[in-house]
Amino acid sequence: MPALLFLLAASWPVLQAQGNGVLTVAPPSRLTIKRGATGELSVKANLQSGFHVNSNMPGDDYLIPIRLTWNKEPLEAEQVSYPKPQMEHLGFSANPVSVYTGTFEIVTRFKAPANASPGIAFMNGKLRYQACNNKECLAPRTVDVRVTLDIQ
Amino acid sequence: MTKTATALAACFVFAAAFTFAGCSKASRKAAGQGNPNLALAPEFKLQDANGQAVRLSDYRGKVVLLDFWATWCGPCKVEIPWFMDFEREFKDRGFAVLGVSMDEDGWKVIKPYMASMKMNYPVLLGNDEVSNKYGGLDSLPTTLLIDRQGRIVSKHIGITGGKDDFKNAIVELLNAPNAGAVVPAGRILARLTGPR
Repeated sequence: MPALLFLLAASWPVLQAQGNGVLTVAPPSRLTIKRGATGELSVKANLQSGFHVNSNMPGDDYLIPIRLTWNKEPLEAEQVSYPKPQMEHLGFSANPVSVYTGTFEIVTRFKAPANASPGIAFMNGKLRYQACNNKECLAPRTVDVRVTLDIQ
Repeated sequence: MTKTATALAACFVFAAAFTFAGCSKASRKAAGQGNPNLALAPEFKLQDANGQAVRLSDYRGKVVLLDFWATWCGPCKVEIPWFMDFEREFKDRGFAVLGVSMDEDGWKVIKPYMASMKMNYPVLLGNDEVSNKYGGLDSLPTTLLIDRQGRIVSKHIGITGGKDDFKNAIVELLNAPNAGAVVPAGRILARLTGPR
């Protein structure tokens, strides 16, 4: 019985991930931040094996870059930092294409306004991406990202 | 095993079956494979780059290669030169290539792309309606070969074969004995939709 429960619990996130496309975003950890201060938050994405997404600067105007955007409140997103991409030679392009594969993290530096209301709040964002493997491409998708804030 | 454990096991099996069924590659293979009663390609009316309305039924009587693609799709870019060659080689034998772009940004991205690729066949702007009619088009390229009677002979998702596979299938359709003949679809389907 415990083994069965463990199997069920362990498998469920995988099953859910497959139902939601090839890229999944882990729920971000809570961000504790003081009013007037800055804090960093990492959004961890995991891409199904065999697929890639374009980096934030894919190097071809027709390719759709990955983009993490945030609402303007209650924190201000000062900077979004993308990881170093891999340069892949893909069949359709003479030049290497800048992509992410596997697990990667996008870090956002937030600033809490000095007049922010203290307490628990939420920051909502969207991660837009477009994934391909070496045979096919999937339509662009947007994943909602929600962060719990503890503003002090 | 207790009733609770049995119920949990049943839930697990159901969830797994439901989830994997949704991702099944088999479900994305050719429509009508092995079925002698080929389905008619769903009708649509879309605009071309000049704003003219084009219906699929306008092409009835021709063998049509219908390619759903997008400018952001790398594998689509590999196939487009093949299709341009087919258009050149077979257009006088009752063959036509018809591209349907699924770009959300519309003509402002499609037209420059067509020019840069020197595309020599008509491209139409797709929409949700045509996507739904053709099964959602979750993956691009999705390419269909349609016979002279407007029937879907093969559905080809992603790049699974090569240029010659397409060419042989087109020639076979063009050489079909007469307009009313049943095309040997099984052979063509098998060639185009091999293991992925």
